[in-house]
Amino acid sequence: MKPHPRFSPWAVARHTVLLSGALVILMPFIWMISTASKPQTEIFSSSVHLIPQTFALWDNLRTAFVKADLWRILLNGLIVTVSIFVLQILVALPAAYALAKLRFLGRDTLFALVVFCILIPPQATAIPLFLLLHQLGLLDSYAALVLPFTISVFGIFLMRQFFKTVPNDLIDAARMDGLSEFAIVWRVMLPTAIPAVTAFGIFSVVAHWNDYFWPLIVINSEQLRTPPLAVANFRNNEAGTDFGPLMAAALVIITPLVIAFLLAQRRFIEGITMTGIK
Amino acid sequence: MSDAALTLVGDRPGRTAWMARIGMRRTGVSRTALLLVAPAATLMLIVLLGPLASVLALSFTDYQLGAPSFSWIGFANYQEMMADKVFWISLRNTLTYVAIVVPGSVALGLGIALLIQSGTSLRSWYRTIYFLPVMATLIAMAIVWEFMLHPQFGLVNGALRGIGIQGYSWLQDRHTALYSLCAIGVWQAVGFNMVLFLAGIVSIPRQLYDAAEIDGAASAWSRFRLVTWPMLGPVTAFVVVISGIRSFQVFDTVHVLTKGGPSKSSEVLIHTMYIESFEFFRSGYGAALTVVFLIFVLLLTLIKSFLAGRGAHDA
Repeated sequence: MKPHPRFSPWAVARHTVLLSGALVILMPFIWMISTASKPQTEIFSSSVHLIPQTFALWDNLRTAFVKADLWRILLNGLIVTVSIFVLQILVALPAAYALAKLRFLGRDTLFALVVFCILIPPQATAIPLFLLLHQLGLLDSYAALVLPFTISVFGIFLMRQFFKTVPNDLIDAARMDGLSEFAIVWRVMLPTAIPAVTAFGIFSVVAHWNDYFWPLIVINSEQLRTPPLAVANFRNNEAGTDFGPLMAAALVIITPLVIAFLLAQRRFIEGITMTGIK
Repeated sequence: MSDAALTLVGDRPGRTAWMARIGMRRTGVSRTALLLVAPAATLMLIVLLGPLASVLALSFTDYQLGAPSFSWIGFANYQEMMADKVFWISLRNTLTYVAIVVPGSVALGLGIALLIQSGTSLRSWYRTIYFLPVMATLIAMAIVWEFMLHPQFGLVNGALRGIGIQGYSWLQDRHTALYSLCAIGVWQAVGFNMVLFLAGIVSIPRQLYDAAEIDGAASAWSRFRLVTWPMLGPVTAFVVVISGIRSFQVFDTVHVLTKGGPSKSSEVLIHTMYIESFEFFRSGYGAALTVVFLIFVLLLTLIKSFLAGRGAHDA
């Protein structure tokens, strides 16, 4: 499209529309921060104002951290997302390498199965997985949160496509140097695949930090709650009584990812749009 | 399916494919390969393919969690479903949700992407802001929305009062609950679709616009009609299907905000499945609901694969 001068009517219209839209998009975030900063008396007033007269963010945060045990919850979120990601890489990378660069019986069948499995929505396998974990006595544990996600067929697919582009000479040279196939995966292939691994990591961590459905099914204990479970539970206990600490808790739960996103926007957008493939 | 989306993340330098032949000089390699894929293959069987087959099998049984035994009951679960009013309400609500959120988020996503690309200033700022809801934990933001929609102390009704309009009890009223959830759904999905469209717009060759201009397409509208829209055709189809699949899976906002109520007015498929399977522990009936859900999603996925297959040839 034609370049427009800075203050043409078109540019003004463009910014007017986009800014109004941005305001609608941001309003829940603004309202969350505003409410988290207000004392109870101001929250329960029918006159709407965004800037609190008394600044109560610290009090609300303190209440939220104590009542919802937020440190523990954040730690749970970290343990679960990191374990899932590390295991996914440990399982996916060797498989992706073999599928991309080695010849073996059943390779094409296996790859077809990988592609097929990408189509399975996570809700579809929930009942049998729940029954399986029940049989194994693993319900209500970190294992229940992590094990079903140790395999990411999507991760295998993505890495396989990436490894396809790695020159065979590189692998042959490594073999000449006496590296085993296992060593090639971790010492040759992994370093070349860092951009793809990063994008996949962002995708994986965001998906599992935000996941509500699966933790809701398998977790009962208070001390095993993941961030979304904890905030939903806090809301069920507190709703109608005190919105300040509730909004403060919501703020705490979204903050780690939002900050990471603001620091590395391009990578995040790249990583998350990969969900489109799922 | 995958190729079209991969172009969004791929295309980095140094991807020139070497057409070297795969040289297998050692016979041990084949065995090593099997060792390398063994963990993935085993897990895939236990966590994905096995459960998928089980859910299908379970849907023909009367199994309940904790029951000592079960029996094959043929299509009885499906017959019960067909006779159950809740199932039909749930299906209709899900389709309504999809029918509102998909066009809403796709049209707005496209409009925003076009507006952002039509100028040069503040591009990355707008992109960041509109993408924020995609990142933020939906459960946390749903709870914020709940308070924004609070009948007495919420921002929405407060603003409406300001201009003299009587607000609603948005989430507690059976006439507005589902539509309020749709609004949250659109709010959350717009940024995602916008990013997919932005990638599509950027990849339209500049020369096409120049050519259109030479042919007399002077106005922004005719450039859009003659170049942008046709060129975005495959991307649009892709975004529509992806949004459809994601909307079909709606659960989080429903479960935390309305529990499908009031009087089932916001009951949706996955929520019904969740209640039957994990609150009443009727695994067999829940499995039958899952199968219905799967049929819809796989249908959409097949359309997506078909479109992607076509898109790959165009590219």
